Amino acid sequence: MGRLWWDAMPQEPIVLATFVVVALGGAALVAALTYFKLWGYLWKEWFTSVDHKKIGIMYMILGLIMFLRGFADAVMMRIQQSIAFNGNEGYLNAHHYDQIFTAHGVIMIFFVAMPFVTGLMNYIVPLQIGARDVSFPFLNNFSFWMTTAGAVLVMASLFIGEFAQTGWLAYPPLSNLAYSPWVGVDYYIWALQIAGVGTLLSGVNLIATIVKMRAPGMTMMRMPIFTWTALCTNILIVAAFPVLTAVMTMLTVDRYLGFNFFTNDFGGSPMMYVNLIWIWGHPEVYILILPLFGVFSEVTATFSGKRLFGYSSMVYATLVITILSYLVWLHHFFTMGSGASVNSFFGITTMVISIPTGAKLFNWLFTMYRGRIRFDLPMMWTVAFMLTFTIGGMTGVLLAVPPADFVLHNSLFLIAHFHNVIIGGVLFGIFAAINFWWPKAFGFRLNEFWGKVSFWLWVPGFWFAFMPLYILGLMGVTRRMRVFDDPSIQIFFIIAAFGALMIAGGIGAMLVQFAVSIWKREELKDETGDPWNGRTLEWSTSSPPPEYNFAFTPIVHDIDAWEDMKRCGVERPTTGYRPIHMPKGTGTGLILAGLSTVLGFAMIWYIWWLAAVSFLGVIGYAIFHTFNYKRDYHIPVETVEATEAARTRQLAAAGA
Amino acid sequence: MSDHVHPNHHLDDDHGSHGSLRDYVIGFILSVILTAIPFWLVMTGAIADKSTTALVVMAFAAVQIVVHMIYFLHMNTKAENGWTVMALIFTIVILVITLSGSLWVMYHLNHNMMPMTAHDMGQLP
Repeated sequence: MGRLWWDAMPQEPIVLATFVVVALGGAALVAALTYFKLWGYLWKEWFTSVDHKKIGIMYMILGLIMFLRGFADAVMMRIQQSIAFNGNEGYLNAHHYDQIFTAHGVIMIFFVAMPFVTGLMNYIVPLQIGARDVSFPFLNNFSFWMTTAGAVLVMASLFIGEFAQTGWLAYPPLSNLAYSPWVGVDYYIWALQIAGVGTLLSGVNLIATIVKMRAPGMTMMRMPIFTWTALCTNILIVAAFPVLTAVMTMLTVDRYLGFNFFTNDFGGSPMMYVNLIWIWGHPEVYILILPLFGVFSEVTATFSGKRLFGYSSMVYATLVITILSYLVWLHHFFTMGSGASVNSFFGITTMVISIPTGAKLFNWLFTMYRGRIRFDLPMMWTVAFMLTFTIGGMTGVLLAVPPADFVLHNSLFLIAHFHNVIIGGVLFGIFAAINFWWPKAFGFRLNEFWGKVSFWLWVPGFWFAFMPLYILGLMGVTRRMRVFDDPSIQIFFIIAAFGALMIAGGIGAMLVQFAVSIWKREELKDETGDPWNGRTLEWSTSSPPPEYNFAFTPIVHDIDAWEDMKRCGVERPTTGYRPIHMPKGTGTGLILAGLSTVLGFAMIWYIWWLAAVSFLGVIGYAIFHTFNYKRDYHIPVETVEATEAARTRQLAAAGA
Repeated sequence: MSDHVHPNHHLDDDHGSHGSLRDYVIGFILSVILTAIPFWLVMTGAIADKSTTALVVMAFAAVQIVVHMIYFLHMNTKAENGWTVMALIFTIVILVITLSGSLWVMYHLNHNMMPMTAHDMGQLP
């Protein structure tokens, strides 16, 4: 069994207790699914589905589950740091604490933010461009399961062996075999490599979808802004992720085959790893934020009742950010010593990138100016984003000044900065999007009261949690510390822990919001398919949309196609349906991803025979799948007629 | 950006041209010539200076890449409504940024941070 033996089981009481709880909970879930006979339903309707809407929802669920795990890590760190003073060692030993901060970063970026963003794009983009699915529906299902496979490996590391203790980017020489001899870094490498396949393929898929499958009349400059930002994000994914794959491969051969790419001696250069990983890493942060800029644009235009101010400037700002995001990577390691000329070049490019971002903020403000603003939940999150993100952007420009960075590098100021932009930008955007598009996905709105409770706990909670970190960072406290000597700074950590507690309340309120909304779904029902008086094509179909999205492909004459259709009084056609050609579900994606998980696990634990078998399995099953010719079917015209007639009755009942 | 849109994705069969026999023959002959000349240069040592030879060989390789793209990959400014050439330009921009940027950064880092002793040099692979 390679190096896998009983000593890999959890030793520490905290992990052991978690393991017991998770094992019992998992057993209860399996038992419940079996008792209610839900396995067949889940397998047929969800796991093997190639419907972009269902895959999008599954991505969101994956993101939510991993978000809870990542947040649990955050709370553990906050508690440890708020008590480990005056000789108190806290309750986490160094080995455990180092795994926690690594897992927190890896999970939040790769398995929370990425699934959320990909899930949103998957669900919304085909609807916004008037398509019936993505370009490669099976590939989409496969991508989802590969991302999930990576998440499964990270979760497994909690109970079998250990996770990396290197920080979320696993810099060598610490991540080399000499300093991280056991399985932690290997879990990191294989989880990211397997999930990376999924991310890259979904990038290819969505680019092809946006370029090739737009409804007639939808020229590039008539695309909804969310689709534009999705296009730019996926271009960034396709250009950046291969760099990550290459770096991880080099680290792998360093660790497994004794190469010396990043070692200290024999000509290796750990600095090259830092350079290369940030060539991926900086575009990655724009991969995360750009789609949310799209979300805020849609929300602002809809809830101000106006066309977006400066549509074309928004598009060009997005394109400029796409290119510029490749020109700033060195600002992550100003202090590594490339000298004044290099540092000032990258300092200036970093400041330049704030210009298109600032232009976007002014566009949103001018959209709101003289609009009839409705402060529903999505708009509340958007305003919170504008305030929070602007502060985060300004501290970012501060860090872009190389001399200032020499003081602030690796300090809690940096931690506060990137949480300020990632929480204030990405996460608030996700929440705006969930509140905005939930009625589209499920046919009923989300409960307003619990949404507001969540909002008012989250936003002040964020400020309580991270403002102390700015102050501590300015005073010189470095990141990733487990114990402190100076008792005078304890109060700041206690305030930060209080903020984390408020955020915990916000997350709880959000879960309650989902539960209450599902419970009272009849009261919150959306009959029209257009609960917010929307502007883009996804609101022209029913909520939830039928499997085929649109019975007839819409024809687009303007930006904000659905608003234009409503203004011109375009009649919804009720006759002349034809059978609809659709892709068929398949379990291949799940099987291939399952085999890849086994492959990753076997490589991590040096179980070479199992690795060989599962690798052959992946290749063999992929070839086997190419002989599956039953990949499509037609929705008969009667089904389409019945679905559309039900929709006609629903619309008439709603009085629309 | 193009104004051309597809009425229905199931109907779009406008693949780029797959090239004629003539294109393939031209491409093949050009590739052979562009390979033979560097080979001849290296084998005979026609240019005395080795680094000049290396540069000339690199230049031929670059031309060869263009030949392959035009004659074997059938890339032109019109294929796929210009998306192919757009993607190519984007790829080149990113590659140039990544490679030249890394060389620049790493040169300065090495210069500033990794002064090598004679002993270190001896350990180089």
